[in-house]
Amino acid sequence: MDLGWLVSTVSRALAFGVPLLWGTLGEIYAERSGVVNLGVEGMMILGAYAGFAVAQTVGVPALGLLAAAVVGAAAALWHAFLTVTLRANQYVSGLALTLFGLGLAGLLGRGWEGKPLRVPLGAITVPGLAEIPVLGPMLFVDQTILTYLGVLLAVILWVVLFRTRWGVVIRSVGESPATADSLGINVTLVRYLCVALGGLLAGVGGGYLSVAYRPSWTEGMTAGMGWIVIALTIFASWDPLRAIWGAFFFGALYHLSFRLQAYVSPELLKLMPYAFAILVLAVSGFGGARWRRRAPGSLGIPYVRGER
Amino acid sequence: MKRIGPLIVERRLAPPRHVVFGVSVLAVVVALLLAALVFWAYGVSPWRAYAEIGRGTLGTVGGLSDIVRRAIPLILCGVGLTLAFRAQFWNIGAEGQLLAGAVAASGVALFLRVPDVLRLPLVFLAGFGAGAVWAVIPALLRVKLQVNEVISTLMMNYIMAYIVEWLVHGPWKGPTMRGFAYTDMFPVAARLPLIAGTRVHWPTLAVGVAAALVVGLILSRTRLGYEVRVVGQSPDAARYAGISFTTVLALTMVVSGGLAALAGVGEVAGIHWRLRSPSHISMGYGYTAIIVAWLARGSPVAAILTALLFGLIFAAGDLMKSTLGLPFQITGVFNGLILFSLISSDLLMYWRIRWGKKGEAWT
Repeated sequence: MDLGWLVSTVSRALAFGVPLLWGTLGEIYAERSGVVNLGVEGMMILGAYAGFAVAQTVGVPALGLLAAAVVGAAAALWHAFLTVTLRANQYVSGLALTLFGLGLAGLLGRGWEGKPLRVPLGAITVPGLAEIPVLGPMLFVDQTILTYLGVLLAVILWVVLFRTRWGVVIRSVGESPATADSLGINVTLVRYLCVALGGLLAGVGGGYLSVAYRPSWTEGMTAGMGWIVIALTIFASWDPLRAIWGAFFFGALYHLSFRLQAYVSPELLKLMPYAFAILVLAVSGFGGARWRRRAPGSLGIPYVRGER
Repeated sequence: MKRIGPLIVERRLAPPRHVVFGVSVLAVVVALLLAALVFWAYGVSPWRAYAEIGRGTLGTVGGLSDIVRRAIPLILCGVGLTLAFRAQFWNIGAEGQLLAGAVAASGVALFLRVPDVLRLPLVFLAGFGAGAVWAVIPALLRVKLQVNEVISTLMMNYIMAYIVEWLVHGPWKGPTMRGFAYTDMFPVAARLPLIAGTRVHWPTLAVGVAAALVVGLILSRTRLGYEVRVVGQSPDAARYAGISFTTVLALTMVVSGGLAALAGVGEVAGIHWRLRSPSHISMGYGYTAIIVAWLARGSPVAAILTALLFGLIFAAGDLMKSTLGLPFQITGVFNGLILFSLISSDLLMYWRIRWGKKGEAWT
């Protein structure tokens, strides 16, 4: 295997891991507060559509990403309203969000289908670091700003979750909302904020796809990434730092499924990331408690004051 | 309990049947009203849209048969899902199980050398078996390795879809199909009989209805059904009662996946007469069946009715495409809206409003 091949593979794996990373970071926060959101796929595709539509109309990719974030957060707030306020089943609400999002984005995006974006989000070269032999071209050339922002965000979110009072609040709401409530924490507010943050990040992840990675609009362009995100959240044990490795590992799998098409039939390669998602969860099941930290205690359970 | 003027709002534990029914109908109506906004946004008068749909689907024999044709896979998948959901096993994998059935059925139809009389029964058996195996894997992964079944069943949908793609582009690609991604046509002995003049493959329909009745009886009248319900409602109680999780979940998924697979058998042997790309075989029946099962509130027999409702929505989607020029994706929006409105209405069922008696206490 020659070096050039490795360099470009790592570089593209990184680029493909970005939407997975943003989505996973968001889902980690939502689930840490006790709310599963299976609507990631729906929020990502809505983000991808909104991002493309705005960037295409206005001509400013950054505004496209902003729109993607807003739309993702709005979709997530709807999920929060159903599951936190109306106490609907979180699984079903998330599935509904995915069905609805895929349908709506497909419907609205008919006119744009297959169109390339006028002004995509440009790649950047990190000054200085790009000069390092091998590592430079691998990690610091040809990436968009979102790659580095994503990693930075992961670190910040880790610090907030495990080293600040806010983190304690979020985690206690996810572990035992009744206890948090008795300490005067507004459980509903915390859950709404975390779920909205989750949607915002998933929206950006989707927007990245249509504005930066593959600057165009195609129906269903998220291709199941939202589901990989949910698997990654478990795989990362709800830890933002572990999400970095997980996201880039699956980015590599996705990229290789294009890269190896000269040797293996493309259809079989494309199923690889999905097969790996199951495999990875099964292996972490083998590892037992040492590898896999426990899920947040009240994950998936609506909170009703005065009921146990 | 809350008092608003003369009215008292209070919680109830188990809503009576007529309330469940009424609230569910209300939820569907609200979703249809919301969908009217989508029509309106598209510049189509909602009245005209609903009138066209009513006339084109319910008003003609051809329209009615289209509803039934679309409802067949939904009944089979939906009945299987009501069973899995009763055990609180989140089988999101009906889509993949359906495709697994289609693959096995095509294999037997095209490549197995058997006398013609045996061909169709074997097609059904192989289909059921393939779906059962595909569905039992996530059950075992959950029991033995704590793999969340939502993820595993979903991932297996994608895996099976790509396997189908691979088969029709690669090893099973029909030599007579001139570059199209199809297998060869099934021999006549492997095709399902249709009700004359329609595309309703009635043997599959009969199997679906029978399955609904049988699963309903199993759930309400047998020991196994009791165990399924206990496993779903209270895992701890199941453990103390000595009920084997592994056995109950595995059996549940054998039936659930097997039935979904029969839906796939029906589509390839009754409609297409060959294996082709997954989006043509299924149109997301496996996902829609989740809503079918949810709306049926866990009753397999009610799933027949709710499947017909969604058969109507699919048929309406076809119609809107051809007569109103609206894209087929609108069915996805429809389905999402119905599901949203359904789960929001759940809360409504558990509260009731009544006149307060004089001097009744405030709490």
